Amino acid sequence: MADLATADIGMPEQGPTLGMPRHHMAIFAGLFAFMLVAPFFLYPVFLMKVMCFALFACAFNLLLGYGGLLSFGHAAFFGSASYVSAHAAKVWGLTPELAVLSGTVVAALLGLVIGALAIRRQGIYFAMVTLAFAQMIFFFSVQAPFTGGEDGIQAVPRGRLLGILDISADRTFYFFVLAVTFAGLLVIYRIIHSPFGHILKAIRENEPRSVSLGYRVNRYKLAVFVMSATLAGLAGATKALVFQLASLTDVYWTMSGEVVLMALLGGMGTVFGPIAGAAIVVTLQNYFATFGAWVTVIEGVVFVVGVLLFREGIVGVLSRWLRKPL
Amino acid sequence: MKFGKMALATAVGLLMASSAWAVDVKIGVLNDRSGVYADLSGEGSVEAARMAIEDFDAAGKGINVEVVSADHQNKPDIASNIARQWYDQDGVDAIFDVPTSSAALAVNDITREKNKIFINSGAGTADLTGKSCSPNTIHWTYDTWALAHGTGTAMVEQGYDSWFFITADYAFGHALEADTIAVVEAAGGKVLGTVRHPFPGQDFSSYLLQAQASGAKVIGLANAGGDTVNSIKQASEFGITQSGQALAGLLIFITDIHALGLPTAQGLVLTESFYWDLNDDTRAWSKRFAERMNGAMPTMVQAGVYAGVLHYLKAIEAVGDKESGAVMAKMKEMPTSDPLFGEGKVRADGRKVHDMYLFKVKAPEASTGPWDYYELMATIPADKAFRPLEDGGCPLVQ
Amino acid sequence: MFELLGIPPQALFGQLLLGLINGSFYAMLSLGLAVIFGLLNIINFAHGAQYMMGAFVAWMLGNYLGLGYWWALVIAPVVVGASGIVIERLMLSRLYHLDHLYGLLLTFGLALIIQGLFRNAYGVSGMPYTAPPVLAGGQNLGFMFLPNYRAWVVVASLVACFGTWFLIEKTRLGAYLRAATENPTLVGAFGINVPRLITLTYGFGVGLAAFAGVLAAPIYSVNPNMGADLIIVVFAVVVIGGMGSIMGAIVTGFGLGIIEGLTRVFYPEGSAVVIFVIMALVLLVKPQGLFGRPV
Repeated sequence: MADLATADIGMPEQGPTLGMPRHHMAIFAGLFAFMLVAPFFLYPVFLMKVMCFALFACAFNLLLGYGGLLSFGHAAFFGSASYVSAHAAKVWGLTPELAVLSGTVVAALLGLVIGALAIRRQGIYFAMVTLAFAQMIFFFSVQAPFTGGEDGIQAVPRGRLLGILDISADRTFYFFVLAVTFAGLLVIYRIIHSPFGHILKAIRENEPRSVSLGYRVNRYKLAVFVMSATLAGLAGATKALVFQLASLTDVYWTMSGEVVLMALLGGMGTVFGPIAGAAIVVTLQNYFATFGAWVTVIEGVVFVVGVLLFREGIVGVLSRWLRKPL
Repeated sequence: MKFGKMALATAVGLLMASSAWAVDVKIGVLNDRSGVYADLSGEGSVEAARMAIEDFDAAGKGINVEVVSADHQNKPDIASNIARQWYDQDGVDAIFDVPTSSAALAVNDITREKNKIFINSGAGTADLTGKSCSPNTIHWTYDTWALAHGTGTAMVEQGYDSWFFITADYAFGHALEADTIAVVEAAGGKVLGTVRHPFPGQDFSSYLLQAQASGAKVIGLANAGGDTVNSIKQASEFGITQSGQALAGLLIFITDIHALGLPTAQGLVLTESFYWDLNDDTRAWSKRFAERMNGAMPTMVQAGVYAGVLHYLKAIEAVGDKESGAVMAKMKEMPTSDPLFGEGKVRADGRKVHDMYLFKVKAPEASTGPWDYYELMATIPADKAFRPLEDGGCPLVQ
Repeated sequence: MFELLGIPPQALFGQLLLGLINGSFYAMLSLGLAVIFGLLNIINFAHGAQYMMGAFVAWMLGNYLGLGYWWALVIAPVVVGASGIVIERLMLSRLYHLDHLYGLLLTFGLALIIQGLFRNAYGVSGMPYTAPPVLAGGQNLGFMFLPNYRAWVVVASLVACFGTWFLIEKTRLGAYLRAATENPTLVGAFGINVPRLITLTYGFGVGLAAFAGVLAAPIYSVNPNMGADLIIVVFAVVVIGGMGSIMGAIVTGFGLGIIEGLTRVFYPEGSAVVIFVIMALVLLVKPQGLFGRPV
C-alpha cells in the first residue's frame, strides 16, 4: 500500500499521499455509474440494502483493516443509530436527512464512550470487551420503551428531503441512499489516505515503535474508533429508512459477526474489499433466506475457509494478481 | 417425439383455455420454519393451506392456486423483506400465517402499502385490529386480548383470585401483563406483585421463588416461547406447582405442552381457539392432517391458516376476481363457516370472531395417549371472547 | 426478624444459593476458556456451541442409545472433547503463527456452523431431558425448596473446577503445561511433545464445556441456541477476572453468579446487564482484570 502516492489524479489536494490513484478513481466511477443505472433492472430495495451494508463494512474495515482493532460489537453503533433515526423520523417527524444525522451523532457519542473503555485492553480482550458492550446495548434496546422491544420501530416514514422533495418511493429514495453511501465511502477513503491514516497503519504494524516516535497511540485509536462508529451509524441510520424499520436484528451480535465476515471475505485492509464482501453476503442472505439456518451454516463455513485459506479476501487476492492496491 | 409435441400443444391449449376463464392466485405462507414457533406454524401451516385448496376443489372451480412459503425466522426485518419481494416481484396476492407480533406488524404495513391481502393466524398482538388495524388485514385465530381475558376472567371465576406476574421485560410482555391485570381486577381478583425478567431469559428460578413467596394463588406467565416453557419447567422443578400454586400461561400452545410433557405441564391453565379433540369435525380433519404430518396434531394456528385460506377462496369464487378491495369486502360480508371454527364472521376492523376455550392440561394418568392433553374447563362465547369493536381504537371503525 | 432492603433474610439466602448455581456454569465455562487461552492463546468462541453440544450428546445418548444421565456425564465430554481435538489438529494448529484474532474468527465461524447444523436438525424449541430419578425431588431448607438436582450441580461443578485447578497447579502434567505456556520451545527441548500437550489441552477445555452442558441439560431445555448468548456473558466474566490464573477464573465465575442472583431480587430489570456494567467498572479501575497480570 506504500506506492499509493505514485499516481494521483483528480483530487484538488495535491499532497503526495492525498491524491486518488487513477485505477481507484476508475473503480469508484465505474461503481457509481453502475449503481446509477442498476435500479432500472435490479430490485431497488435489494440494492439499497447492499449499499447500506457496504458502507457499514467499510466503516468496520476502517477500524480493523487500518487501525488493526477487531471490534466484535459494531452492531451496537449500527443498531442504535438505526433506532434513533427511525424514532426521529417517526415520532419527532424529522426530515430524512436530519433523522439520519441524529442517528449518526448518537452512534458517534456511543463510540466515544465504548471506545474510551475498550481501548484500555488490546487484542482479543478488545474484541471481547466490544462484544460485551454491544450485548449490553442489545439488552437496553430490548427493554427501553422507545425501541418497541421485539416489534422494533415500524412503519417509519421516509418523508421529504429538506422538507420539500418527496422521496418516499423506492426509486427516488434509492438516489438518496446512493448519495449517502458514496459520500460515506469517499470520507472513509480520505481518512485512510490522510496522514492520520498513515499513522494508524504505523500503530497497527508496530505499536511500541509508534509510541517511541512520540505518537499518543491511544488518542489515535480512540479517534479511529469514533470515526468507524460514526460511519457505521450513518449506515444503520440510512438502513432504518430504507426498510422503514429498526429492529433488534440490527443490534444483535450476529450483526457484528456479519460485518466481520463481509470485511474478511472481501479483504481486510483493502479499499474495495468490504464493498465486495457486503454485496456477496447480502446476496447470499437474500438467496438463502428461505432455507432456515443454512444461511448461518454457510456464513460459518465462509468464516472458516476464509481464515484458513483465504485470509487476504477476494479483493486482496485480486490486488495481488493485478499488483495494484485495491 | 410426436407424442411430446402433442402433449405440449395440449398443455399450451389447456393453459390458454384456462387463462381465459380462470383466476390465477398466488398465496404466500410466511412463518417460522426454524425457530421456536416452527412447530406450531411452520410446514404444518403450509400443509393446512394445501388442504384448504384441495378441500375447496379450487382447480375444479377455475381458480388456479399456487402456494409459496418462506421462513421469516421471527424477525420483522426478514419478514418485511420477504413480503416486499413477494408482492413486488413474485406476484403474491395474499400472505397467510405470520406468527410473532413484530413480524406480523411489519407484514401488515407492507400489505396495506401494496394493497394486497394479509390473513394472520400465528401472531398474538391485538394491535393488528386495534391501533395498527388495516383495511387489508384479517386477524383470524386469536389475540393477546382474547387469551388474557379468557384465562384471567375464567380463573378468577373459579376462585383463583390473587395473582403474581412473571413478565418478560419488553413491550410485548408489558402489554400482556397490563391486559391481564385489567381483567383480573375487573373480575374482582387482586394482583400481589410482578417481577420483570430480561428477555430472553434462561433461569427463572429466582423469579419463581419471588412469586412463591408472594403467596399468590396464580402465577401468571406474561412471556412467550422458550421463556414460558422454561418457566413452567422450573416451576415444576422447584415444587411450586406441587405446593398448590397454579400456573397460568398467557401465551402457550399445544406444541409447547407436547414438548414439556404432561408430568411437567399438568394443571396448567390456558386459552386456545381450537383443539383437535373438540368435536367430530375437528377430529376428522385433524386425523387427515396428522396423516400428512407424521402424526403431529394441528395447532390452532395451523387450523386458522386452513380456515383463512378456505374463506379467502370462497370470497374469490363469489367475486369472480382476486382484486383485493372486492375480495376483502366479500370476506367481511360473508359469514364464515368451516369445520374447525364453526360459524363466525369477520368484523369491520378485521377481527375474526369465534368461540374461545379455556383448557386445563391433564394429569399424565388422565391422558389416553399422545396428544390427549386438554380437558375443557369453559367455552367463552364468540361475542365475549374478543375485544369489543369500539374498544380497540381501530381508526377504520371510528 | 429484620428485613434487608425489604427482603426477608430467608428469601435472600435462597437467592444467594440460586446465584451460586448460576455461578457454577460461569465458573466452569470461564475456566475452560482460561485453560485454552493459557496454552493456545486462542479465545475459543465455539465454547458456547460446545457447551450446547454436550447437552445434545447427552440427549442423543438417552434418545438413541438409551444411555442415562450418568453415562452421559462421562461420554459426552469425551465425545465433544474428541471433536475438539479434531478441530485443533485440522484447523487451529494452522493458525498459531498468526495474529490471535484469527483464532477468534475461526472459532466464531465454527460456532455458527455448529449452531446452524443443530438448528437445522432439531429446530430451536428445545428437547426435554430429565434428571436421573436419584436426583429428583428436593430438600426443604426452611427458607427455600432446593431441588436435589441443583444442589448436585453446585457440587459437581465445584469438584470439576477444583479438580482442574489441582491438575494444573499441583501435578507434574500441570507443571509441564504451565512451563509450555511460558516457553514452548524450551519445554520442547526437554523432550516434551508440546503440540500434543496443546491438542490435549484444547480437548480438555472443550470437554469441560461439554460437561457443563450435560449438567445444564435437565435444567434448561436442550436447545441449539443455549450457548450462544451465554458465551458473551462468559466473555465478560473472563474480562473481569482476567485470564491469568485458574483460581481467578473460578472465583470470578461464582462471584458474578451471586451478584447477578442478587440483582434479580433487588433490581430484576438490570439483571441482564449487571455483569457488563461490572466489566465497564473493572476496565476503568483495573483494566487487566481482577486477577490478571499487568500488561
